[in-house]
Amino acid sequence: MKWVSFLATLLFCNTALAGGKLLATPGVSQIEGSAGGGIVPWAQLAGYASEDEWSIGAFCSRGNVKNYRLDVCGVQGNLFNRIELSYAEQEFEVPALNTRIEQKVSGVKVRLYGDIVYSDWPQLSVGIQHKSLKDGKVAKLLGAGSTRGDDIYLAASKLHLGALNGYNWFWNITARYSEANQTGLLGFGAKHADKSWLLEASSAVFLSREVALGVEFREKPNNLGLGESHWRDIFIAWFPNKSLNVTAAWLDLGSIAGVDQQTGWYVSITGYF
Amino acid sequence: MSLSNSYKRLLLAITMMVALSACQSTPTTLYQQVGEQAGLERLVDAFIKQIGQDEVVFPYFKQTNVSHFRAGFITHMCDVLDGPCTYEGDNMVQIHTGMKINEHDFNHTVDLLIAAMNEVRLSHSLQNKILARLAPLRAQIIKI
Repeated sequence: MKWVSFLATLLFCNTALAGGKLLATPGVSQIEGSAGGGIVPWAQLAGYASEDEWSIGAFCSRGNVKNYRLDVCGVQGNLFNRIELSYAEQEFEVPALNTRIEQKVSGVKVRLYGDIVYSDWPQLSVGIQHKSLKDGKVAKLLGAGSTRGDDIYLAASKLHLGALNGYNWFWNITARYSEANQTGLLGFGAKHADKSWLLEASSAVFLSREVALGVEFREKPNNLGLGESHWRDIFIAWFPNKSLNVTAAWLDLGSIAGVDQQTGWYVSITGYF
Repeated sequence: MSLSNSYKRLLLAITMMVALSACQSTPTTLYQQVGEQAGLERLVDAFIKQIGQDEVVFPYFKQTNVSHFRAGFITHMCDVLDGPCTYEGDNMVQIHTGMKINEHDFNHTVDLLIAAMNEVRLSHSLQNKILARLAPLRAQIIKI
C-alpha cells in the first residue's frame, strides 16, 4: 500500500517546485536516506533546490540478495542547498530465521563548499547519520556493543563536463567514521572494536542527460568477526525529469552474518516535489 | 555472473566507447564541429527562440535589442569555441551587472541552451564540450 500511494503521488505531482539545479546533479537516494548513490552518501544535497529554494523528496528502495532482503522508504528535505535533512526506515528480512530487523536512520548533511558542476574544486559536505535498531535482539546475540550509533562522514563530489571524450564524468569520495555492523542492521561495535575511518567511492559516466552508468564501493569494518565484506555495486540511473529518478543496480555484498556470496539486485525510486 | 566479470565488461564497454569515438576523424575546433558561422547562427537562433518562449528568462531580455544580442552572442561563441573571431563587445560582467541572475535562473538558461542544441541536433558529446567551455563564465554572470 505504501508503494501504491507513493507512485500515485509521483504521477499526479509532475511539476517540480524547485528546479534550480541541472538534471541529475542531486544524485539519487542511498539506503540510509541521504542523497548519494545506492550505498554511498555523496556531497550533493537531495533534491533540486538551489540556494534560494527548498525542496522535499521521498524514496523507496529494495535490495534483494541471496539470503536477505532490505526494504527502505524515506523522506529528504533540502533547505537552500545548504542543509539536507533525511529520515529513513529500513526493514531487513531474514527469511531463514523468520526474522525482521528494523532500523531508523535520521540524517543531517551540510554543504561546506562548492557546486559539483561549477566550482573549481569538488563540492564538499559533512554529514551525520543517527541510527537506532527497534529491537536489538539479533545484534546483541551476535556480540554487538550497542543498538544505536552515529556515523559521521565527509564527502567530496565533482562532475567533469565532457571529460571522457565528450561524456560527463562524475566521481565521489566519502570518508566515514563508524562502528556500524552491516550499516547498523547488526548493531554497533563489539568487544575490542572501536570506531574507524572507512573509505567509500563512486564513479559514473552519463551516457545521455537522463542516463548514468556507474560503480560504487563501500569499505566495511569487521567488528563482529563474522567476515563482514566490503560492498560493491554497478548501477544505472534514469532521470526522465526533475521530479523522478529510477535506479537499478547489481549488488555484491559478500558475506552477511556469516553467509557468503550475497549477490543480487537493487531498485530504487525517488520523487522530488 | 560474478561482479568482477561485470566490472571487466563495463570497463571494456567504456574503453571501446571512448576508443571508437576517437577513431572518427573530427574537425579540430569546436567551432568547426558546430558547423562554423552557419551552424552557430542556427544554434543562436534556436536559443533566442527558446528564450522568447520562456516566461522565466524572457523578462531579463525585455530591454535587449535582439539583433545586437544575436550578433554579439554569435561572435562570443565563435571566440570561445576557437573560431576565427575575437569578441570585442562588452564583457560578461558589464552585460550582467544589475540583472541579479540567481542560481535557478542561470541553470534554467542552461536548460534552454541544451534544448536549443538538441533542436539543431548537436551530438551529446559536442554539447558537453561546449558547456564545459561556457561553465567557467558563470562566476562573471550570476548574482551581480
